[in-house]
Amino acid sequence: MSFIARRLATYIFAAWIAVTVNFFIPRLMPGNVVTTMMARFPSLQPGAMKALEAEFGVGHAGSLIHQYFAYLVNLFHGNLGLSTNYYPSSVATVLAQTIPWTLILVGTATVISFALGTLLGILAAWHRGGLLDQLLPAFTFLQAVPYFFLALLAIDAFALHWHLFPNGGGYVMPLVPGWHWRFIQSAVYHSILPALTLIVTSMAGWMLQMRNVMITTIGEDYVLAAQAKGLANRRVVWTYAARNAILPNIAGFAISLGFVVAGALVMEFVFSYPGVGYTLYNAVTSDDYPLMQGIFLLIAMAVLIANLLADAIYVIADPRTRTRAAY
Amino acid sequence: MAVAVISTVPAATRRKRSLRSVPLKAKLGALIIGAFVLVAIIGPYIAPFDPSAINSGQSLPLGPNGVHLLGTTSFGGDVLSQLLVGVRSTVVLGLVTGVVATFLSVVIGVSAGFLGGFADEGLSLLSNAFLVLPALPLLVVILGYLPNAGNIVTAFVLSILGWPWGARVIRAQTMSLRSRDFVAASRETGERTWRIIFFEILPNEVSLIAASFVGTVLYAVLTSVALTFLGLGDLSSWSLGSMLYWVQNQNALVLGAWWWFAPPGLCVAFLGMGLVLLNFGLDELGNPRLRDAAGQRKIGGHAWRPADPTPVLRELQLSQRQLAGALAAEGSGLGGDTSSTARRFVGGHRRAGRGRGDVQ
Repeated sequence: MSFIARRLATYIFAAWIAVTVNFFIPRLMPGNVVTTMMARFPSLQPGAMKALEAEFGVGHAGSLIHQYFAYLVNLFHGNLGLSTNYYPSSVATVLAQTIPWTLILVGTATVISFALGTLLGILAAWHRGGLLDQLLPAFTFLQAVPYFFLALLAIDAFALHWHLFPNGGGYVMPLVPGWHWRFIQSAVYHSILPALTLIVTSMAGWMLQMRNVMITTIGEDYVLAAQAKGLANRRVVWTYAARNAILPNIAGFAISLGFVVAGALVMEFVFSYPGVGYTLYNAVTSDDYPLMQGIFLLIAMAVLIANLLADAIYVIADPRTRTRAAY
Repeated sequence: MAVAVISTVPAATRRKRSLRSVPLKAKLGALIIGAFVLVAIIGPYIAPFDPSAINSGQSLPLGPNGVHLLGTTSFGGDVLSQLLVGVRSTVVLGLVTGVVATFLSVVIGVSAGFLGGFADEGLSLLSNAFLVLPALPLLVVILGYLPNAGNIVTAFVLSILGWPWGARVIRAQTMSLRSRDFVAASRETGERTWRIIFFEILPNEVSLIAASFVGTVLYAVLTSVALTFLGLGDLSSWSLGSMLYWVQNQNALVLGAWWWFAPPGLCVAFLGMGLVLLNFGLDELGNPRLRDAAGQRKIGGHAWRPADPTPVLRELQLSQRQLAGALAAEGSGLGGDTSSTARRFVGGHRRAGRGRGDVQ
């Protein structure tokens, strides 16, 4: 089986696990969307319970297998149910409003952090024992600091004391989201601090991994041979050492995407950023079960698709995966 | 002669040297973690106050003073006592998750790597699928359904989601070990499978398993602290996460109460750093090339490295002067001596000296 086909099978299996877990969690756990709605609107008559059960599709009619297939059919139609928090909006509508925020901010921050971290890792390894290499313990510390703690300190310093950045939110409130200059300006301004904290904390990991692999690669005979035949340092670094050392980092990029989304969850909570993570947090605290599950599925699928893309990049970057079944 | 120089090193020095060869990072990491484990054991007994005690007359946090060494919270809770009590549950949660998840990854990784075939395909598929499932959102959803989840539930879910990375690494190592000669030999002599696994394969994976354990503990500590900070973990007991939850909830940062918000945050950071350092140390133990840059020198703008910076080479550099003296006394020192140790050392000496001797 080729590399991509094998990976595809893995992702389909993972997607099935996510979908199935998502199906069983509400059926195994205490807590029920209808009781939540009844609690939210105390004026509802007890008779409304049946209507609500029908509307939210709970009450679990039919056998478990029957329910499972009905759930799958709904899923394929993009029907994730109704949100209790934003009732009567559907979960899909709420998600469509929040996705762009997370995608743009976290996506940009991740790419910058990966590129910058990898670059610094290459430099630290090449100038072994140099200034950058000496600073490694500081980067280790950044990697171990809980993200939200650093973010809180950053808000305290940059927003509350020096008033350089807003202390949270996605844009200035009276503005209406849309593609006009004032809104974009405000959104970018609000995203600088969250993006910076994300980059600073996640960069260290890329840097350390790149450095360590690069050091091992530099020790290879072909790098020594390249140096010995008098190639320019730049050429040896980039086309001989870094070109080969970057492969584990690319593989790590794929796997870490899941953690990126996770980090974004805490980031969005700390900065009250109107993205998927903050919406998930709000859904959890207000017992909005349908929204919670919809967001989990969305995150899971996004991570799977991102992984598939990263695998495709890996196949391009590493010719060996094309000839034999490296796994 | 050279061999004599080496063998006259007293046993005590050699022992000291072997302790010194443990990377500094690993020692530092072990020291930090040891301190935290100690606090986890004795912390609740030496806490000067009841961490949950409140002073009804107080509404502002009090700075550090003679009675409250790390100050108080807004309602008069003693920060030092909260810290001493709270470290225990965070450390215990991390260790329990580490043990359970590492156990799972060893069982699954070794079975997949050793059995091969369909079992391997199935188990690899399972671990790769779990690897790409986003852990934190899943935890948030599960804990959202279980509002009063205690530490046991959190540890359980963290373990279920924390094993795949270790399993993947251990599987790869098992596959490589399985095809080595010593395993084939023990199979030929009729050893049972369980004996091959426990006495031939596992002892060769100890460093890998240790690294995977340390990594899992780090993941468990950081994730559980983040979850509790979000208000989804166990808020009824004191932990570093619940301290940070109250810090955020009662605006310690806005109040400028650094003695309140800094200690728990720094504790998590130091615990995490200890684990990261320990893992780096284990990495260096397994990969000598990552060790310090002592063997590198710069000539004419090019950074030259010894091609094979193994520990042998490094030890040699320490005794290079001695060795040079011994060689000088021996005359050429190369002709008559054919002992393999001497040859290795002289070869290593030449290699280490390349550049320095040739170019200058």
